[in-house]
Amino acid sequence: MNIDIKILKEPLDINVCINWVMTPQSGGIDVFVGTVRNHTKGKKVLRLEFEAYERMAMKEMDKIAREMLQRWPLHKIAMHHRVGILDVGEVPVVIAVSAAHRDAAFDACRYAIDTLKQTVPIWKKEIFEDGEVWVAAHP
Amino acid sequence: MEILAFGIVKDIFLATSIDLIVDEDITVGALKQKLEGRYPQLRGISSYMVAVNDEYASDDSIIKDSDEVAIIPPVSGG
Repeated sequence: MNIDIKILKEPLDINVCINWVMTPQSGGIDVFVGTVRNHTKGKKVLRLEFEAYERMAMKEMDKIAREMLQRWPLHKIAMHHRVGILDVGEVPVVIAVSAAHRDAAFDACRYAIDTLKQTVPIWKKEIFEDGEVWVAAHP
Repeated sequence: MEILAFGIVKDIFLATSIDLIVDEDITVGALKQKLEGRYPQLRGISSYMVAVNDEYASDDSIIKDSDEVAIIPPVSGG
């Protein structure tokens, strides 16, 4: 199988993703690492809380990976997302893509994170000093 | 019918799932109307989708009693 999708409660291991997608045929690996930022719209963020509708999220991530394999000549795709409470600097998402040539890997990786943010049922709550808010919930 | 809630919808339902009595073979659109009647705050969020058996469902989809139904507010993963 050339797709590895996981939703994990434990810290993500970037090297595990990179090593998993590495193949002797690959000329390059593109990796997107999401990190928890310490501010949003000028407000200090203390931590984030991620929640997933796990079964559907796995299914939607799998759809993205299959679409990537259709559209680009890729070797392997790893897509790991974390859930639970994350502090600033921690990693909620890792996407690693290997291909013979870099253009396909770059384009596919970009497509993966952009689509994940639009379709995969995972939600984040920003926790501030004076309250908390579900991101994108209100107009 | 059991309806699962996530993100902001959990805060609106004040629960991770609710039990709703509905007519047989209700459409997604009709379910949304019923929910919005009971939980007017649903109209205040940016948008929301209904998932039936782990798939996004359109308003004219019909829900069977055995289906797993979830309310999907705007996603914000990554």
